[in-house]
This record gives sequence, structure tokens and C-alpha cells, in this order.
Amino acid sequence: MTPFVEALFLQAGYNATLVAIGAALLGFAAGSSGTFLFLRKRALVSDAVAHATLPGVGLAFIVMVSLGGDGRSLVGLLAGSAVTAWVGLLVIEWITRRTRLAEDAAIGAVLGVFFGVGIVLLTVIQTMSAGRQAGLESFLLGSTAGMLFQDGVVIAVGGSFAVFATWLMRRPMTLVAFDSDYAAATGYDVRRIDLLMMGLVMGVTVIGLKLVGLILIVAMLIIPAVTARFWTERSSRVIWIAGGVGGMAGYLGAALSASAPALPTGPIIVLVAAAIFVVSLLFAPVRGVLAAILRHRRFQVQVHRRQGLLALAAKHPIREAYTLRLLVREGLVRPDGVSTAAGRAQAAKVARDERRWDAAREIHQDAGLTGRYDGLTPIEEVFTSDEIAEFDRLLGPPVAVGEA
Amino acid sequence: MGAEFVQFSLTPILIGVLSAIACALPGNFLILRRQALIGDAISHVVLPGIVVAFLVSGVVAAIPMLLGAAGAAIVAVVLIETIKRLGKIEPGASMGVVFTTMFAAGVVILEKSDTSRVHLDVEHALMGNLETLIWLRAEGWHSLFDPAALASLPDELIRIAVVCVIVVVLTLVFWRWLKIATFDEGFAQALGIPSAGVGFGLVVTAAVAAVAAFEAVGSIIVIAMFICPPAAARLMTNRLELQIWWSAAFATISAVLGYVFAGYGPLWFGGQNAVSAAGMIAAVSGGILGLACLYGPHRSRVGVGREEAT
Amino acid sequence: METQAPRSRRLTIAAEDGRVSGPEDVPSDAPLALRGLTVSYSEKPAVFSVDATFPANSMSTIIGPNGAGKSTLLKAALGVIPRLSGEVFVFGSPIENARNRIAYVPQRASVDWDFPATVMDVVQMGLYRKVGLLGRLSGQLTTRAQDCLDRVGMADFSHRQIGQLSGGQQQRVFLARALAQDADLYLLDEPFAGVDAATERAIIDVLKLLKSGGKAVVAVHHDLSTVREYFDHVFMINVRRIAEGTVNTCLTTKNLQATYGGRLAAAHLAQLAVVEGAG
Repeated sequence: MTPFVEALFLQAGYNATLVAIGAALLGFAAGSSGTFLFLRKRALVSDAVAHATLPGVGLAFIVMVSLGGDGRSLVGLLAGSAVTAWVGLLVIEWITRRTRLAEDAAIGAVLGVFFGVGIVLLTVIQTMSAGRQAGLESFLLGSTAGMLFQDGVVIAVGGSFAVFATWLMRRPMTLVAFDSDYAAATGYDVRRIDLLMMGLVMGVTVIGLKLVGLILIVAMLIIPAVTARFWTERSSRVIWIAGGVGGMAGYLGAALSASAPALPTGPIIVLVAAAIFVVSLLFAPVRGVLAAILRHRRFQVQVHRRQGLLALAAKHPIREAYTLRLLVREGLVRPDGVSTAAGRAQAAKVARDERRWDAAREIHQDAGLTGRYDGLTPIEEVFTSDEIAEFDRLLGPPVAVGEA
Repeated sequence: MGAEFVQFSLTPILIGVLSAIACALPGNFLILRRQALIGDAISHVVLPGIVVAFLVSGVVAAIPMLLGAAGAAIVAVVLIETIKRLGKIEPGASMGVVFTTMFAAGVVILEKSDTSRVHLDVEHALMGNLETLIWLRAEGWHSLFDPAALASLPDELIRIAVVCVIVVVLTLVFWRWLKIATFDEGFAQALGIPSAGVGFGLVVTAAVAAVAAFEAVGSIIVIAMFICPPAAARLMTNRLELQIWWSAAFATISAVLGYVFAGYGPLWFGGQNAVSAAGMIAAVSGGILGLACLYGPHRSRVGVGREEAT
Repeated sequence: METQAPRSRRLTIAAEDGRVSGPEDVPSDAPLALRGLTVSYSEKPAVFSVDATFPANSMSTIIGPNGAGKSTLLKAALGVIPRLSGEVFVFGSPIENARNRIAYVPQRASVDWDFPATVMDVVQMGLYRKVGLLGRLSGQLTTRAQDCLDRVGMADFSHRQIGQLSGGQQQRVFLARALAQDADLYLLDEPFAGVDAATERAIIDVLKLLKSGGKAVVAVHHDLSTVREYFDHVFMINVRRIAEGTVNTCLTTKNLQATYGGRLAAAHLAQLAVVEGAG
């Protein structure tokens, strides 16, 4: 068996197995809780939260060492990171509420400043005698190398807990993410649910620090949610698809990185997620780029053909070069500019449908209907054949157009 | 303030100040355009840009790296815009997808390629090395007039100075376009001003500033320089012209105080080793922003759409 | 077979001789002429194949229900949003060659009024095309900007921060900026939306002065009750062109119904009747 397949089937040792399970759980929790953030249009708040963990890690280390420990307890470091991440969140909220600065400026300021303070603390720690081998830098990009068994347990347990919390709070968070006004009107405390949402994101961030690192954990929160959005229009599904994408990226990424040396876990997980994203972006059936391009091309052709035929029918000149080319290509107009029999026949049908629309709008004077009179909607789509027959009766016998 | 200052502190302080100003100027417009986080995205993709530039050129030289980083920034901006438009994704999420992916790719390429023998590591890229950019040949203030000593000024100083001048000149030349395209994009387009081009030019300028500053202060702290001085400046005045001056002043104060605190602060507390100057600069700029948020004369939103005032 | 299609007299739909003319056909030298303008957001036309001609020396309005494409039409004509097809002529030439003859008043809500600028800063933006990137804003031009503020009754506000203005004052400042452009064609997007009565009066007075000075005015408008009073030329739109012409020929029951749909039109008609009865 190749190392990758071994890792895929959890045969690559205790730690690798724990990491793979933990990464899958973390990916699932990050994907689903990130969905709420994404739908609330606050995706990058998570970036500030993640960067704001760094000073917490440093402070926790210094406190633990000054209390006589060796400062490397993962639980202690994560607790510290949670504290400063929470402070960062509150600062963002405070700046946005109390000053004229917009949220993006607040996010960027917190992100840069907290990270800067974190770097200062790291340099302080480097000068402490206990700090020389602290290895706190591994929190920047995550590192599973030299991870202890209990670290793996922390990640696996934390991941499970995050998934459970997401499941527990899915209803109020969905409500707030999709329509906070409605949620408020039905008696939910939107601000508290927002904070809970942020708390969950913070929890995922903290658990993911060791595995993915603080710079890339934001990818675990954002990419699956954005990816899922391409596949469905339904809220409940976005959450679970995002969870699935995140879980898959976590699991595959962890397995991949365990299968070869010098493949850092966090970045690999992110790249797997990004690969799934790119495939979705390009090939998703409705919202995907290819589908959209094809649709737009079709639409453009439809508009220009229709405009050209309307011009023919109204004896107006066709000025647009593209319209003319299109009609020539479809054999409706000769290259020298003379309309063909087929062109005249189609123009006649367009002219007849226009007259039918006139009749229809005379009879059915409701605003909903006028909205469908947009030049492209075929009249057969809006009215039944006997209704159309009635319009034709009103219009009188067809004007001789190409038929004697 | 003698020879030692000129030798060990003058150039890092100058580099810090020039970096901070070069970033703060475009930062003013990014903030007003609600694009502050473009700075975030740009600074994260500097690393992959440099790694790829190294792989392509095979040398650790400044110019290929600057080009690589600027190229990466442009690629990132185009990708962000593409994903935003094609996928109908909100800009923040689109940025989050693009810069994390590019950053991850940069780290993996770095780990997989044989770059260990060269001085190119991730932490360095994230944290900067302002302290090492000293002027060894200087013997005192008179060295400023000594061509031989001047020739040994750190290259980083020359580069950031050039970039800073370019940013200042661009800001001055395109002042009116920047102002109108930021305030009222539709009106600018109706005037025939290429708003989209102005926006793209602004981002590219920011990218160039970020890349040049990154050499000295690392990529994350660049974000603080983009955002904190202009954000604080916005709270000090209601005139764009004055805001620019305030932001330059705050940038300068952050850089100078940050460097001094990092170098001498630990000594005051009985410590022996200096701490990260780049980190301290970010911290000071954050402190200034905090003060501006608390006491800035124009810190709160004014009532838009009040009744007819007289 | 196609190339030998007989030019039958019976085929009434094609042009007289069956010819389809090429792009050399240019419409009149009206201040603003649109030909076959189509704009879409995603795959739904917001404006479909609209021809329009706004005459010189008159006050024209574009009316239609919400979402009918009024503002879209104006913005696409100006090139602020891209058009899917169609052409725009300003005084007979393509719009790119005539930008200095157009002044534009965007919707008030389209900008961030928290922007750090004074009233004078905003009005001077109307001079940017004239002075270019680096040209000096001479004392004469500054005086002109001040004059424009005076014309909208905002002379005393030139140093006021724009965030401190009321909605009506913001609209006046935007109008002053357009006046500073010193154009021949004034395009206004919902100039009376959300402004007080005094401002509405002041704006219409300025526009009427422009008209009597030989300028053309085209405004997107949503208040049918004042159409007759303010404008002489009407363009009615609901995605497609419904009607175009003088106020008296256009504002008929039939056209209103076609534009707004049955019940809504009835309400609007009642509104018009009240105005007429009162006036």
C-alpha cells in the first residue's frame, strides 16, 4: 500500500489517525459554522479573530512559565488564544458601533495590531530561558510534527464538540444569518446569537490553531461555505454541504500530508479545499462559471436576434454590427444586407407576437403581466393557446405577410 | 545621538517611516472605498509571489522578488474580482478564498522546493527584520556626506525610498481622479474618468507599497500600516486633504515610537533584549487608533439626512 | 435560395426594397438619442431594445413603475453601467465625443455622504473635466463654483461638511455640481426623491431657467402628479418603450395602463385628475 492509501485508511499510526479524524471533524465544524458567517456577509471577521489569537498564545505561555510550568500545555495555550480572540471580536464590535469607521477597517486594524502585539510577545518569549524551544511559531502555520498523543485527543474532542454545538444551534443561527430582521421580530436576541455564532467560529479557530495555523484557519471557515453555495440555493443544505466539503478537505488533506515528508498539514488541507472550490466554481450546474457563460451567450444571441427581427418587422435599419453578423450567420439576412425569405418569415412571426402582446396587454391590465412583457418572454409561455386564439380573433384576420 | 545612533538606528527608523507613509497614503483611499481588507489580501499573497519569483529566477535578489510579489498581488486582485463577479460572492468571502489559497500554495511550494539553503523562511516573511537593516559603514552624522559610506546604505532603504516617492507622486498626480472616483464612481464615469482603472491602479500601487515595506516589516504588519494611520486620521478631520496629512503624521509617529520602544523599551523594564520593532510599530499604530476612537474630534458619524438646518 | 429571394411586394415587413441598412445610419442631432438600447442584469432584460429621442430646448422626463428600468436607462446611456446592445448619440455624435456637453446628477443615495469633503469640494468635482488632472483651479473657476452654489440657494454652505447636510441640501449640492459642468444636456436621476418641498421648488426653478437658456433637461421622475406641471416631453418605459411625446399626447389612460398596469394606473389617473381639477 502506498503511504497515502495507508493514511487514508487510518493505517499510518496513532497520531496520523487522530490527526485525520480531528481534521475531518474540524473541517466539518469549520465548514458548517463558517456558513453562518458567510451568509451574514462577515466572512473576514474570522480572519481578525484568527490573527488575534497570537498574543493570547504568547501571554498564556508567559503566564504558565511564570507560574512554574514549562508553558507548552496545549490546553493552556488554546485557552489564552481564546481570550485575546474574544477581546479582538469585542474591539471590532466597539469600533464599528462607536465610531464612523466601517467594519472592514475595524477588522483590518484588529488583525494587524493584535498580530503585531503577538509578534512582540514572541520575541519577548525568545529571550526567556524557557522560551528557546517553545515552538510557538508553529501556531502560525500549524504543525503536526512532534505532536503529542494528547494533543491529537484535544483536537479530536474539540472537533466533535464544535460539530455538536453547530448542530445544536443550527436553527437560530440559520434564522439570523438569512433574515436577522425576521429573527428579531420573532423574538430572538439577534445580538446574542451573533455573539454565539462568533463564539463558535472562535472555538473552531482555537481548535484549528495547532493543525492549520492561525493564518490559514480562516480558509477552513470560508472556502467550504463559498463552495457549497454553488451547489444549492437552500439554506439548510448549504450548511451540511459546507460541512461535508470541509470534512472531506480536512480528512484528505491530513492523509495527504501524512503520506509524504515536508507536506505541511494546514496548507495541504487548504489546497484540497481550494481544489474542490475551483471545480465547483467552474462546473457547478447552475451557478458555475461555465453554465453562466453559456447562459449569457445564449441570452446575448437571443437579445440580438430578437432585436434584429423586430427591426426587420418594423422596417427599421439594423445598426449593430453584431446583430447583423448574427442574422447573416443564421441565414436570416444576406451578407449584402437583404433579408432572406426565412428572415422575413421569422420577422413576420415576431411582428404577429408583438401584436398579440398588444392585444394581451389591452385585455389583461395587471402589473404582474406587464413585467413579463420584456421583449424576450414568448407569449406562449404566459398565455394558453385558447387565450392566444382570442387575441388573434381580436386582431382580425392576419395581415398578408408572406402568405397570399 | 552619536555615531552609534547613525550606525544602528537611523536607517531602520527611516525605513520604518518610509514604509509606513508609503502604505498609509493608498490606505486612505482603500478605507474610504470600503476596501480596507484588500490590504489584508495583498499582504498575504506577497509570500507566494516571492517564492515563485525565487523558483523562476533561482536567486534571492530584490528585483525579481519585488516583481514576483507585485505580480502575485495583481493575480490575487484579478481572481478576487473574477470570483466575486462570476460566482456572485460577497467581496470579503472572495478575498478569503483567494488569499488563503495563494498563501497555502506559497507555503507548500516553499517546503517542497530546495530553498532551505537560502535565507527565505516563512516566519521571517511574516515578521520582518527591521532591526538588521543597519548602516555598518557609518561612523557618525558626517557619514551622510561621505560617498563611500553612502554607497553602503542598505538596499532596502533605497528601494523603499524610491517606492515612497513614486506613491507620493502618483497620489499627487491622480489626486482628483482618486477623490472623485472614491466619492462618486457613477459621476466620475459620466465625466469620462476611467473609474475602474483608477480603482485597479490604486490596488496595484498599494501592492507595490506593501511589497517594498514587506522587506522590512513583514507581511502581516503591513496591514496595520495600511489601515491604522488612515483610520485614525479619518477620525481627526472631515477634509480629505487634511486626512492625508494626519495619516502621514500618524504613520511617522508609529514608526519612530515603535522602533524606539522596541529597542529601548525592554531596557526601561530591566530587560536586556530588544523586541520585534515591526510588531511594536503595529502596536503603536493601534494605540494611536485607539486614542483617536476615544477622543478624535470627528470620531462619530454625523446625522445624515437631518431636517433642513440653517 | 436565400440569395435569390424574390422582392415580393406582398412582403410588407421588410424595408421597402428589402435592404437592411448598415451602421452608417446616424439619427438626428437631438440632445440625447438612444437606438436599440438593451441592458440586462443577469439573464433578464432591465431595458429592452429602447429607441428614444429627447428633443432640444425642453424639459423631458422618464417615467415608469418601480423596477421598470428608468434609472438603468439613464445610467446605461451615460455608460455608467454596460449595455448589452444599442447605441447612444449626444447631439448627433457618439457619447464618447460629447462628454463635455453632458452634466449628470446621480441619485443622492448612490454615494457615501460620510466622505470627508466640504460642499465646495463636491461642487468643484464638476470642474474636473475642464481642469484635468493637474490644471489649476483658478480664482475664476472657484468663483464659478460659488455662483453655482448661489443658484441653488446654498451660497452660505460652501465650507460645510457634506455629512451635515439634509437630504434636500445634498440634492442641491449635486445640482450645483452639475451646473458647474456648464453643459448643454442635463441628466438627472430622481432629483426630487426624498427632498423637501422648498428644495423641489428651487430645483425646478433652476431647471426651468436652464431650459429657457436653451439647454435640454432629462430627468427620471416618479411622481406622476407633477409631470404635467414640470415637464413638456414624456418618455414612458416599462422595460420596453411604451410611449414618447409631449405631455398632452402621452399621458393618456391607455399609455398609463400600459406602463403601470390596470389597477395602479387607475390610482395614478385619479391622482392626475385631482391635480387637474385643482389646477
